[in-house]
Amino acid sequence: MPSNDASAIEQEGPDQAYRSRLKQGIFALPKCKSCNELHFFPRVVCPHCGEFELEWQTVSGKGEVYSTTTIRRKPERGGNYNVCLVTLEEGPRMMSRVEGVDSELVEIGDQVIASINNDDDEPFVVFTPNKEG
Amino acid sequence: MAHELRGSAAIVGAGLAGCGEAHGRMPLDILAEATHNALDDAGLKLSDVDGLFTGSSYHFMPTLSTAEYLGIKPRFSDGSMVGGSSFVAHTLNAASAIKNGLCEVALICYGSNQRTAGGKLATMSEQQIYEAPYKPRYPISSYALAAARHMHQYGTTREQMADVAVAARKWAQLNPAAFARDELTRQDVLNSRMISDPISLLDCCLVTDGGGAVIMVSSERAKDFPNKPVYLLGTGTAHWHRQITQMPDLTTTAALDSGKRAFAMAGLTKDDVDVVELYDAFTINTILFLEDLGFCAKGEGGAFVADGNIAPGGSLPVNTNGGGLSCVHPGMYGIFILIEAIQQLRGECGARQVKNPEVALVNGNGGVLSSQVTTILGTEAVL
Repeated sequence: MPSNDASAIEQEGPDQAYRSRLKQGIFALPKCKSCNELHFFPRVVCPHCGEFELEWQTVSGKGEVYSTTTIRRKPERGGNYNVCLVTLEEGPRMMSRVEGVDSELVEIGDQVIASINNDDDEPFVVFTPNKEG
Repeated sequence: MAHELRGSAAIVGAGLAGCGEAHGRMPLDILAEATHNALDDAGLKLSDVDGLFTGSSYHFMPTLSTAEYLGIKPRFSDGSMVGGSSFVAHTLNAASAIKNGLCEVALICYGSNQRTAGGKLATMSEQQIYEAPYKPRYPISSYALAAARHMHQYGTTREQMADVAVAARKWAQLNPAAFARDELTRQDVLNSRMISDPISLLDCCLVTDGGGAVIMVSSERAKDFPNKPVYLLGTGTAHWHRQITQMPDLTTTAALDSGKRAFAMAGLTKDDVDVVELYDAFTINTILFLEDLGFCAKGEGGAFVADGNIAPGGSLPVNTNGGGLSCVHPGMYGIFILIEAIQQLRGECGARQVKNPEVALVNGNGGVLSSQVTTILGTEAVL
């Protein structure tokens, strides 16, 4: 298990630390020890207050669709797909996609829940509708 | 007390080249032809240029490549890269360099063969690694996300966005140099192929070739040139993000700050502005910038642009050359809005000429609504 202290960021670098957690099935983001805000994308500095003391926090995975678009693609090339921005419960916003529902049915304000997609070499976070949310 | 740069420099030459299709030409060929036209316009020679300001999607070190091509040895150069807004930002840096004696004759220039070289956006932009897994279409999807949010938050409609494209086309029909001049209706825009909802093909700017160049000197020197000088009254720059995920509020751009800074330097307000040239890479841009620059309240941009209000004969002339949507858009468009503002203030615009304008506002956009640069230009009457 990766440890949740700042030295882990210093050892791995923020991008490596983020990805190594995803590979272990953990969705965690850097949290500022000074202002307690989380941020994404991972950095060595808190973009909210400018302090450098950070730790990793596992996030709930709950979020809300902030904006959404359907990228039109011919069926023979794989068909239409979703690209959206999700605001996480903890504050940060990230690009992602909502799966498990037609892209055109995804709406701003939809409650979604994160999962980790391992289809590629590098895992990444996707969302599905959060029916409990 | 007026800012020391207000009115300290003036544009005395402007030139375009290769707008539309410039077959057989490389980007620097087009840049050089535009430079030739701007120098001719000012009655200057290339050897008079001692300050160079340029940006490129093709040359990693654009001032070096450009000066080498032109055979000049500038004593001051600036290749500050803020995407399509770069050339608008260069007006501030050029005026500042002139004021400080770092150069006397500043050339701001750009050229691109984007259309004849393949018809796709040329970019040296690095991939945004936290966006790449989701395969957004760059840059369209970023603007689509902003448009979708604006529609959600303020009830802006696709019809209102279409009216931006229709207004641009009506201006283009008055401009013989515009690339797209066919009749265009709101329905045509709505029916065009959807690319990234809610942005369809005709919500997007053109892909053309083209180049532009302007010559700036001190206001003292400007009186000795053949053309009526166009004075730099104020420029403001602002940027809040690079990638769309980091934009604090998708419905509000940094033009909120750049506009305030430009107006403050110029000592003017939006009521003083006679003609407006905005970087309309997509129809939503025009709506966002009109709001953020204060021409209408936040959320009212859709209603403001509807029904011909920014078209010829409307209450505010916006994008009078036909814009990036219908006139010209070779990758980075900032130089072209500057040149249209200059030509309007000189009264050279023929059928699309705004009546006796004294103040023009230019707003350049770079990245994905990332960099905003506002410049206010004026005639001697407002100096």
